[in-house]
Order: sequence, then C-alpha cells, then structure tokens
Amino acid sequence: MKKIVIGSLVLCALLAIVLVGPSGAQNFPNKPINYIISFNPGGESDITARLQQSYLEKALGVTVNVTHKPGGGGAVAWSEFQRTARPDGYTIIGVNIPHIIAQPIERRDAGYTTEGWELLIWFHFTPNALIVQKESSIKTLEDFIALAKSKPKAVTVAGSGSYSANHLEILRFNKLAGIDTTYVPHTGTGPIVPALMGGHVTSTMNYSMVGVQYQDRMRTLAVATDERLEVLPDVPTFKELGYEIVGGAYRGVAVPKGTPPEVIKILTDAFIKTTEQIADKQREMGFEVTTVTGKEAHELVGRMKAGYSDILEDLAKQRQEQ
Amino acid sequence: MDIFLQAMGELTRPYVILLIFGGVSAGLFVGAMPGLTATMALAVLLPFTFTMTPLNGLVSLGAVYMGAIYGGSFAAILVNTPGTPSSIATAFEGYPMAKQGRAMEAIGIATISSAIGGIAGVLFLLFLAPPLAVLSIRFGPAEFFWVAILGLTLIASLSEGSLLKGLLGGTIGIMLGTIGVSPIGGESRFTLGFPVMQGGIEMIVALIGLFVMPELYNMAALARTSLGAVSVSSKEKASFWRVTLKVLSKPGNLVRSCIIGEIVAIIPGAGGNIANLVAYNEAKRASKHPERFGTGTSEGLIATESSNNVTVAGSMVPLLTLGIPGAPPDAVILGVMLLHGLRPGLELFTTSGVLTYAFIISMGLAAIAMVPVGLLGGRLIYRVIFRTPYYFLVPTIGLATIIGTFALRNSMTDVFIMLILGTIGYLLKQIGIMPAPIVLGLILGAIAEVGYVQAILGGMAYRVPQVRLFENPLSWILIGIVVVSAAWPFILILLRRMRSGNKKGGAQ
Repeated sequence: MKKIVIGSLVLCALLAIVLVGPSGAQNFPNKPINYIISFNPGGESDITARLQQSYLEKALGVTVNVTHKPGGGGAVAWSEFQRTARPDGYTIIGVNIPHIIAQPIERRDAGYTTEGWELLIWFHFTPNALIVQKESSIKTLEDFIALAKSKPKAVTVAGSGSYSANHLEILRFNKLAGIDTTYVPHTGTGPIVPALMGGHVTSTMNYSMVGVQYQDRMRTLAVATDERLEVLPDVPTFKELGYEIVGGAYRGVAVPKGTPPEVIKILTDAFIKTTEQIADKQREMGFEVTTVTGKEAHELVGRMKAGYSDILEDLAKQRQEQ
Repeated sequence: MDIFLQAMGELTRPYVILLIFGGVSAGLFVGAMPGLTATMALAVLLPFTFTMTPLNGLVSLGAVYMGAIYGGSFAAILVNTPGTPSSIATAFEGYPMAKQGRAMEAIGIATISSAIGGIAGVLFLLFLAPPLAVLSIRFGPAEFFWVAILGLTLIASLSEGSLLKGLLGGTIGIMLGTIGVSPIGGESRFTLGFPVMQGGIEMIVALIGLFVMPELYNMAALARTSLGAVSVSSKEKASFWRVTLKVLSKPGNLVRSCIIGEIVAIIPGAGGNIANLVAYNEAKRASKHPERFGTGTSEGLIATESSNNVTVAGSMVPLLTLGIPGAPPDAVILGVMLLHGLRPGLELFTTSGVLTYAFIISMGLAAIAMVPVGLLGGRLIYRVIFRTPYYFLVPTIGLATIIGTFALRNSMTDVFIMLILGTIGYLLKQIGIMPAPIVLGLILGAIAEVGYVQAILGGMAYRVPQVRLFENPLSWILIGIVVVSAAWPFILILLRRMRSGNKKGGAQ
C-alpha cells in the first residue's frame, strides 16, 4: 500500500508541474502534448498513434502523450473534445472518416458536428475490400452477385460497426449491383476474422489490410480504389469490373476551432514529417499513406460527405418507415 | 527439437531473465490496484517495446500480463475487492480466509495455483494449439448467445441465500449494460440526451464501484481497527511446502479448473473474467461440501486462481495460430506482433519459430517467477495492510480507486458513475443483492445481445430467423449444459430430500 501512496504523490506533483507550465503561441510547443485516441488500446488508431509518438516528439521537441477515451464508436471523445478542449495546440485528437460524417447525421445526441474542428492532416487511408474465405465457392465478384441474386438476404456481409465505412460501402454496392445482402455489424475488425474463418458469415466488406494480413486464408474479390493496390496486385478494383465504388476510411488529426494558425502550422509540419518517416512501415501494414492537409483536408470531408449523402438519406428514410 | 533448444538459448541471457522478473513485478503491482487492468498495463508498456527487439518486447508483455492476472488476487484476499475482473471469485474465499487469520495461507495458495495455471496454459499452447484453434472458430453468434446464457445460470450459485435476489441483481446488471450506443445497430439508448453516456457503463467501472466502494464503506464503519484486529489471530504457520501440498492434494480440482480456463480462453473475447467464475462454480458443484464455499475454502481459491492464469498463455492459441485475440489484452500483443512484421499463422511456428517458442516458454518462466516475487511481495503487502488502521487504508484505497477509474478511459464521467454505482451497490448489499450477479449480468448481457442479433441477421432468409440459434451441434451441446446448469439447484434440493428421507435421524 505504501507504494500506492508514494505513487499517487509523485503523480500529483507531476500533474501540478504540467498544469502550471506557461503557454502562448510564440514559443509553441513548450509542454507535453496530449494526443487523444477515441478507440481502444490495441486498435489500428492506437497502434498508428504509438508509432507516430516518438517521431512527433523528435519533430516537436516535447513529450507527446497518447491517451485513450473510447466509447460510442469514437463519439464520446469527439463530443467532449469539441465541447471542452482549449484551442492552444496542446490537446489534439485522432479523427476518422466516415465516422465523423455519419454519426452526427444518424444520431440525435452525437454531441459534435462534422465541421466543428480544424483538421491538421489525413495521414492514411484504408480502402474497403470485399473478402471471402479461401475455401469459399465464390471465386469472383460475379459469383458473389450471382449468389446474392439467387438467394436474397441469405448472403451475409460482416463489417466493422454501423454507419461505418464498411456498412455504407456494402449498401452502395447493393444499390449499384441490384442485390439484397444482409449486413452483420461486428464490434471492430477483430471478431470478423474468426466469423469469416468459421463460416458464420459469407463474406466481409472490410479494409484491404485484412485481405493483406490474411492472404493465405482469405480471398479478396475486389478493392474500392481507383487503381489496383501494390500489395494486392492480382485483385481487381470495383471500377474495373464496372461498379463505381471508391471508398474506405481515412484517419487524421484535428485541433479545436480557434487554434492560432502558427500553432496549426507547427503541428501540421510535424505530422507531415512523421508520416513520411513511418511511410514504409505503414505500407507494410496495408495502409495507403496520404498527406492531405489544411483546406484540402476539409474539402476531402465535404467530398466524402456528398458521396455518402444518398445512402445516408436512404437509411434515414428506412428508419422513419419503421 | 532444434528450434526448442535455440529458443531456450535465447532465454538464458541475463537481460531476458531480468525482463521476466521486472515484468512480473510490474504486472503484480498493476493487478493489485483495483481499476488498473492487464489490458491497460500492456497498452502503457507498448511504446517501450518499440525500441526493444521483437523477442524482448514480447517477453516483457507476456510477463506483465502473467503478473497482472495473478496480482488481482492480492486485493481480493486482503481487502475483499478484486484487483482485476479475473479475480472476482477469489474474493469469495480469499477474504474469509484472511479474516480467519489465514491471509498468508490464502496468498500462498493463490500464488502456487496461479503458477500452476500459468504453466498449464503454456503447455496447452505448446502442444494443443492447432486442434484448439479449430475449435475456437466453431464459436459463431449462436454459440456466443448460448455461452452467455450459460454464464447467466451461474447467478443461481453465486447468489448467496435468495435466488430471487440473485436474479434481480443479474437483471439490474443486464439493464445497466444496455446504456450507451448499442453494439449492433449503433443506436444510442438510455443516454438521457447526454453525449458522454454514449460510452455506456464500462464493465471495470461497474466492477470497481460495486465491489470496492461498498467494502470501503464497511471498513469506514470500523474506522479505528485494522484487518489485524478484525481477523482472528492465528499461530498457524503457512509454510511454502504445506501450502504447495495443499494445492496439489486435490489434483482433480486443479485439472478441471485448468481445462475450464483453457476452454474459456480460446473463445474469442472471453478471458479470465469469465474463466474464474465458471471454474469457481464448477468447483463448488463438484465439491462434497458445497455449503462450505464462501467461508474460506481452499478449493474455491485454487479453482479461480489456477483457471485465470491458464487464460494468459491459453488465450494466445487463437492469437498465434489465426490472429484472433482470445482475450482483450491479446489485442495489444497482436498489435506489437504486426508492428514487427510477425504475421500470425503457420510461418510464425516455422520461419520465426525460435522467436515464437522463446516467447511461449518465457511465459512459463514468468509463471515460475511469480512464486518468489509473489511470496516476497505478498508478505510485504500483507504486513502493511494487516497493521494499517482502516482510517489510513480507506482514503488511500479510495484515492487509488478514483485514479484507476479515471485512467481507464480518461473520463471524469466514469468516476462519477463509479461513485454512484458504489453507493447504490452498498445499499443493495444491505438488502441482500450482491455485486457479483450484477457484474455478471453486465458482462454477459452485451455478449448475449450481440450473439442474438447477429444470429438473427444471419437467418434473415428464413421465415423464422430465430431458427439460426438452434442450427449447429455445438449449440445443442451448449443448450444441454444450460438446461442442466439451470436445473442444478433444484436437482440438488431433490437429492438432499431423497437422502434425508433415506436416513432419517442420521448425522447428515
């Protein structure tokens, strides 16, 4: 118990030092930066942030603490951030497309808005991909569509979360291909892998990195990118096969509205540098590295929102009918 | 064999041994603090492992994991509050033992059982990984639903005294679990319009609130005393060999608990938190004297502490073979492996076999390291808690609890939820509604819901989608166990009546 007492005293002292430190944009940064991740430890957002951590620290010259505030598919952290975070650059938060687009539309009490922050950068992109088990009788996208047409609702598609990149993508595909599949939401990518291997679902609309990581057990039917992926050279794009489907999830970082432009610049530069330094490792893990910053970052959100709007409207209509 | 020898060679380096002992000690400390979980400890450790070689990184993570699951027993035995969800049932037997002046004996039993459990998990992983991995993916939505229902039948035996009150507690737990964004469908439920409530009630927050706070209130009521004064003093020496003999004297209990631990471990998503309760329940059911459970029996303690440490290496069966985390902390370990370019699957055991086997064996060494670390550290912690008056202990634990709750999700809301639940939990305890069924309801309600809804979605093409719940042979087996388990208390009553009818006036 003594250990606990001493530990707590040290913690209090540290907190006091942190809280009393001076602030101001001219000598930014001069105290630790809190990098909030709105998902669980061990998830893809967390792993990436941990990877960035040391490079950010080198670029900025101060400690960067990665903290977690999971819950509500990210909404708990995002709503609190928009409500309470001080616009001084010392609190930054990881953000995701399409979560920040879909949640405020689909939930009345999401507690935040899509545009309620300054976006620093979108640092990587994970394209969607339609994946089946290696032993599956479905060999091509055509097979998949044929099966879905012959047995409406019987073909199940697992995906991570509701109103997520996976969910919206399969709805779009259903619409374009004129099929009726059943989407089965899972709590993250983790549980989908055993569900697919055990034959509990027919397929998964998931991120292409799943297809990369489990190449020997799964078959990727198509990826939702403009061009074929370097890591999956034999997998066609939806576009090649005649379906205008390009999408996936972006991960990025935001600061509160009202943060001084020079602070935003320093942080953005640090993230660009970090992103370049970890680019190879990221590609190995199956991510597409991007450096969309500033105005372009906001435009990307606008573009994605417009792209999803018809599907989100369909969903809203469906719920009203219920 | 060559790979084995090479792997052993890797582990004889002094630095690796140091990491194992350091990791176990750190894990033990984290586990002993209510609110600090194994998952959190691993997440905090993560950045440090980036600078290490893959083996050193994995060895430290494995050692911390092993130590944390074991460390939870200290708080359970000495302060009647599970340090991690994996030692909920440890408190049922450990604390009564401490009150009888047998705290050191309880710690000794927990230590030896944990070490044996840890080693058993490693053996399962080394020799039975492929067949167990195949079994693990058989569990689909329907099976998860039935596993959760099976877990809920434990309420019957966990509720001391009134079955009705136990069921009431379970229902409260299930209802608390529905707060927040629904796991399937993403609707927010019962948030009363507060955005923070989208996160729902975290299981650990409820655990701390319902177990720790009522105990603190109780201790506060006895302000001027200490555990040493409350417990009966005992001259009985708990020597290492006597305790070891005691643990080994009932091998049936040990083997059963280890197998239960392993089965729960390979079910993706379930870990020590469920294993310890199931093993406890089965030990009670198999015991000749189930009525003695809850009064400080060593059998119950051995069952919980061996089963929860089996899950450490045991849950890595699906992780290493299929890339599926068997328990929550494994997600962090998977992340580290992917970062170092280690893809789960066959090549992990062939191309990078030395590394993999060294990692697995290191967890066995960590289990052995728990014995010296635990017995020394245990004696120290015991002496401090034994003598410290409650008016020092209560605020200290209270503060640590609040910090732990906050650290969980960096959320002040969680602290308030914890305090409110603690107060409600104290009042409920006064009228005989115990915390264990509530927490069980909270854990299992969500699993049952996800399983049910996913199964229904899978059966959308049927006229009655619920048929999906009854399709697979594995589901039938589970349903059979559910029926037996639910009927067990009544069967017991019937048996007892028959027996007392047979030998009227007998000693029984």
